[in-house]
Amino acid sequence: MTAPNALHNAAKPDEALIRIRGLRTVLNGKTIFDGVDLDIPRGRITAVMGPSGTGKTTLMRHITGQRAPDAGEIVVDGRDVAKIGRRELFGLREKIGYLFQNSALLTDYSVFENVAFPLRQHLRLPEELLRNIVLTKLQAVGLRGAAELMPAELSGGMVRRVALARAIVRDPMLIIYDEPFVGLDPIALNQILKLIKTLNQTLGITSILVGHELAAVRLVADSIYLIAGGKIAAHGAPEELARGETPWTRQFFSGEADGPVPFHYPASDYATQLGLAGKAALAPPPVVPAPRAIEPDRKP
Amino acid sequence: MSPNKATSRFTDGIAQVGACGIFLVQILRAIPRSMRYLRESVRQVWFVGAMSLIIIMTSGLFVGMVLGLQLYYVLSIFGGTAALGTVVSLSLYRELGPVVTALLFAGRAGTSITAEIGLMRATDQIDAMEMMAVDPLAYVVAPRFIAGIIAMPILACVFNALGILGAYLVGVSWLGVDGGTFWSNMTSSVDVWKDVINGVWKSVAFGAVCTLIATFQGYTTAPTSEGVAYATTRTVVFSSITTLALDFVMTAFLM
Repeated sequence: MTAPNALHNAAKPDEALIRIRGLRTVLNGKTIFDGVDLDIPRGRITAVMGPSGTGKTTLMRHITGQRAPDAGEIVVDGRDVAKIGRRELFGLREKIGYLFQNSALLTDYSVFENVAFPLRQHLRLPEELLRNIVLTKLQAVGLRGAAELMPAELSGGMVRRVALARAIVRDPMLIIYDEPFVGLDPIALNQILKLIKTLNQTLGITSILVGHELAAVRLVADSIYLIAGGKIAAHGAPEELARGETPWTRQFFSGEADGPVPFHYPASDYATQLGLAGKAALAPPPVVPAPRAIEPDRKP
Repeated sequence: MSPNKATSRFTDGIAQVGACGIFLVQILRAIPRSMRYLRESVRQVWFVGAMSLIIIMTSGLFVGMVLGLQLYYVLSIFGGTAALGTVVSLSLYRELGPVVTALLFAGRAGTSITAEIGLMRATDQIDAMEMMAVDPLAYVVAPRFIAGIIAMPILACVFNALGILGAYLVGVSWLGVDGGTFWSNMTSSVDVWKDVINGVWKSVAFGAVCTLIATFQGYTTAPTSEGVAYATTRTVVFSSITTLALDFVMTAFLM
């Protein structure tokens, strides 16, 4: 199958595929985004990283029109996703592949039918051609032999790979990988990284990687957005951010508990909650050393 | 329960009814789009209809047998056992067939529809379909809604047939009522339009209501195991109450 969406990206190389301006989101009274500006360039791999619960998946839901923002503009391929109608939104989604955080395979369908699902729904392909496309994608994720299995028969890592095959089956203009490396063993992880890179380089597919694994992300990403505290805390090339020149990047990439990102969820006074408030001579809490930063492997 | 809590629950209930009404409009608008998933609708007719046949047939047979036994006892007091076929068939066609079938349908098919859609919601399958530009209302909900409307009258007819057979077995084969009298009184006093077709209309309405409640509960369930359990329970409770209330309203209008 050709890659019309990749050609689409190549036709407008200088224009950002996604442009977000002044994004503001409040969920259950909590401000998730407060004036976020972000650009995703065409044909590049952009990573979106940040502490857990910082709103990375919510940002992806905004981009795909699953959730409308409270304020701000989200323009994807020239269209404001919060303002377009359902038909146009579905037209846009046909050009987007989305790897869900929990895979979201259709549990009543086999692996083959899961991957074939987007093709069957939108294209009238001869059965033989459809079969070849599906098997090609399953081969790419190493699961051609598992085509007839049901999702319940797969391991967590295999489920991720099937979901990945489904996300890429139409060679979309944009692929969003939400936590693509969760549950993968080192061999599968390496192959998936290669696949993401190959899709980007050969077909020019724009990719957004949402994840925490810096070591893996820096191998493929062209740039990283670090989100924290409802804002873009840092943006730049992986090597640039890994140097940890700001408090945000230093804490996030070294994994320290102390820093601008609190490790503890906001809570009332610890001693009060334990019923120890007012009692004299409380023993000081044991000092737990912060975990050491994991340095990337360096050649001697 | 405090007055504030009672008021809150009442307003929540009204809001749920409103949301269910909006959901019905969305389903009706999705039905033309669901025509391209005709195979899915056929699969659902088989699933909610054919798969419910055993419980419907068994229940129909026993309800008819009990009805035959009880009515024979009452009618024998007045020497009117010849009217057994008439009374049994009218009871079944006009009330028991549609209502009991709807109650059984809510328990058998309604719960499975709610649990299935609820689990799809909880495991992001509904969101995944939306992301693949597939409308879940057209692909998941509308085929089940159509299937419920098609299957319910057929199931009610099967229930009626088995009920009459049960009454015949008890009244004629066991208690000695004349078979010819049983059938001839029944055919002469049952009006196709007034009794049979009105019962079918009731079944169609109950099918729509039960399937609407089942799909609504599944589609809007909290995405947790407890949420799915509550939604399944609500399906049975709301479907049963709504069926009985609607039966009263329809009977008043159709009499």
